[in-house]
Amino acid sequence: MKKALFLFLALAAVVSLGAQDFIMSNGAEPTLDPTLMTDVASTNVGIGLFEGLMAYDPKTNLGTPGVAESYKVSPDGLKVTFILRKTATWSDGTRVTAKDFVYAMKRILDPATGAEYAYMPAMVIKGAQEFNEGKGGFEDVGIKAINDTTVEYSLTGAAPYFADMTAHSAFWPVPQSAVEKYGTDWTKPGNILTNGPYLLKEWKPQEYVLLEKNAKYWDQKNVKIKSIKIYASDNDSTNYNMYKNGEVDWMHGIALSKIDEIKLRKDYQTSAQVGTYYYCFNVTRKPVDDVRVRKALAAAIDKKTLVDKVTKGGQIPTDSWVPPMAGYVPQKGIGFNPEEAKKLLAAAGYPGGKDFPTLTIVYNTNEGHKAIAEYIQQQWKNNLGIDVTLQNMEFKTFLDLRGKAHDFTIARHGWIGDYLDPNTMLDLFMTGSGNNDGLYADPEYDKLIENARLAKGAARMKILQQADAMYLTRDQGMIPIYHYANQDLIDTTKWGGWYATPLGFHSFKYMFKK
Amino acid sequence: MAKYIIRRLLSLIPTMFIIITLSFFLIRVAPGGPFSGEKGLPEQVQQNLLKKYHMDEPLFRQYLRYFGDVLIGNFGPSLRYKESSVNELIAQGFPNSIILGTVALALATFAGICVGILSALKQNRWQDYSAMSLAVIGISVPLFVIGPVLQLVFAMNLKWLPVSGWIFSRAGLKTLILPALTLAFPYFAYIARLSRASILEVLRSDYVRTARSKGLSEGIVIRRHVLKGALLPIVSYLGPAFAGIITGSIVVESIFFIPGIGKIFVQSALNRDYPLIMGEVIVYSLFLVTMNFLVDVLYGFLDPRIAYK
Repeated sequence: MKKALFLFLALAAVVSLGAQDFIMSNGAEPTLDPTLMTDVASTNVGIGLFEGLMAYDPKTNLGTPGVAESYKVSPDGLKVTFILRKTATWSDGTRVTAKDFVYAMKRILDPATGAEYAYMPAMVIKGAQEFNEGKGGFEDVGIKAINDTTVEYSLTGAAPYFADMTAHSAFWPVPQSAVEKYGTDWTKPGNILTNGPYLLKEWKPQEYVLLEKNAKYWDQKNVKIKSIKIYASDNDSTNYNMYKNGEVDWMHGIALSKIDEIKLRKDYQTSAQVGTYYYCFNVTRKPVDDVRVRKALAAAIDKKTLVDKVTKGGQIPTDSWVPPMAGYVPQKGIGFNPEEAKKLLAAAGYPGGKDFPTLTIVYNTNEGHKAIAEYIQQQWKNNLGIDVTLQNMEFKTFLDLRGKAHDFTIARHGWIGDYLDPNTMLDLFMTGSGNNDGLYADPEYDKLIENARLAKGAARMKILQQADAMYLTRDQGMIPIYHYANQDLIDTTKWGGWYATPLGFHSFKYMFKK
Repeated sequence: MAKYIIRRLLSLIPTMFIIITLSFFLIRVAPGGPFSGEKGLPEQVQQNLLKKYHMDEPLFRQYLRYFGDVLIGNFGPSLRYKESSVNELIAQGFPNSIILGTVALALATFAGICVGILSALKQNRWQDYSAMSLAVIGISVPLFVIGPVLQLVFAMNLKWLPVSGWIFSRAGLKTLILPALTLAFPYFAYIARLSRASILEVLRSDYVRTARSKGLSEGIVIRRHVLKGALLPIVSYLGPAFAGIITGSIVVESIFFIPGIGKIFVQSALNRDYPLIMGEVIVYSLFLVTMNFLVDVLYGFLDPRIAYK
């Protein structure tokens, strides 16, 4: 009997050793190749597996030293030199060197790779755009391995956010040996080499990814959680049921249908995100080609009530396009003012909404977008006396209509910044920019954004503010509605080191059980 | 018979050819493309992507290239799951869908026939009414209601079973119970009704009356004479039902988070993941026509009235 009990206990111990310390519900199937990553779900896993020159600070999401122990910016701001720590290694024990960063850069920019996020380095690194377009050679790209521990970047302008930017997956190192040996299979368990706090133990596609602490990670003594299981389920109800049932410790993303129940919970976490939900005008179309009409429509929406009663998920109602950021004063468009709205509409030739053509709000099929559109339809009816129809369509069809054909007058839109700088929001509206779906075009605006690239410090912020004021305060190029909020479920009385962050990135490295 | 089988097998070739050709061009007609997203991509990045996947070539050329690949069994790369080929995704997902479908159908058939027999024997009594009411619920309540209700009761409240997961996880076979029950429910209902009707019909036939008049016990009459005749329509239903249960497990796979191919099929259509949509369409259609073919052949063995020429 005793023997049996002993055996049972031993077995139980072995089984519990195999248990995961932390379980996350990620919302989508990830991509594990940093070069090909495009979504939050992939970055969530990637942050565990890889580390860039800089890594995301767990509270601010600004850069904190990662593989680089320090960096230096040249006086003109055009050269940034990183010094790599000698203790940084791949999971097979080989050193992470400057060459790994050069290789990863070459790989992401190579047109044959077809990497979507190539646009990020292409935006800031000299010669990168040309190489990605197939016009220049890689030898002209501004990245150089001076020696094993020094990598130097030459930039197109003094981008003060560049060092922070290197925490992004588009800048992470990639192990050349594994990529060349296994081709597209290099990210499979057994093949993959990682340099982050965790190793890839198991990957069941469409099910989960299992990470295990990387004993060769340079800062491994500060990594507390031994293993992490990350589920890929995209079913909101199932994810929430698993969370409630204690099968998941951290659930990322919450559906509108569940928000009433979830927002009352103590473990519901929300934080402002660097991103804005907005209504996009096609400024070339009547009647919204008239700035008075655009301002009238903007002033007729009570956004606070919208956020309190309709979206309810901790979003921040706003009249600004750029979310709050250190050192920057976001400019404002017109705020809620029904009287002023009526006057503006009358001045535009539609007193009391008379003769105003019936507008259509276009959005992609989704309960959240629908609720917002219905609310705005009602607001415009009540405050301006105008009729608006709603049209929903399947996502990809909607994207074609909005971004390719520009066949709309007012469409739902949203943008999430890639890094913590106003430029991530403002360069969107340059003439001909790929995401300038409303076809805003003002050479003066373009010039300001270009000038900001070469300026530094407070002067640079001032130029960006000028552009912001031109687009929003003067021209009301869109209606900003709210700044997005990150929504998560995690019990922070049980788990430490997890903070609600502006970019929504969370490093497992800092997390621990309380 | 052999001639019939060969003829049927040969007829699969034009069928598949038409399916592949039609689907290939139809999915390209749908607006939107695989590389559009809330964040638009710069022109040069889009061009690079199109080039990488040969989507910058004329459509007919792409079709020929694709058809050539399919002939050698290569379904190409997935555009959404960038580290996997379509062959890999199907090889990973299809067995899981088959396991789930087989268990669900076995459950549905066994329970359906038992309930059908009970109903028929106790016709117009409370057993019959309650069984048939259950069948009506099974047919009319959608899976996306049954699934979450079962989750709520058995996983969340009673804590007997896990909310979701799959058999290779630590929870093991327990994870199979709720999704199999959910998926089986409508099929169970249909089989129960089908077997009830069919047994009632056979019960009134002359040979059953003869068996009874010979003084055979009721048990033997049911087992030897009634069931044998009554089960034929059920067998013929099982072929298409099996194909249907595999291809129709999409909702259940999503609710219970099962890594089958149903879930990625829906996703592939929404993502405009052309190679993955095509791969799944081909596998599904092959499966369907094979099932229909098998049932047709089986008929010949089961029903002496059918002769193949």
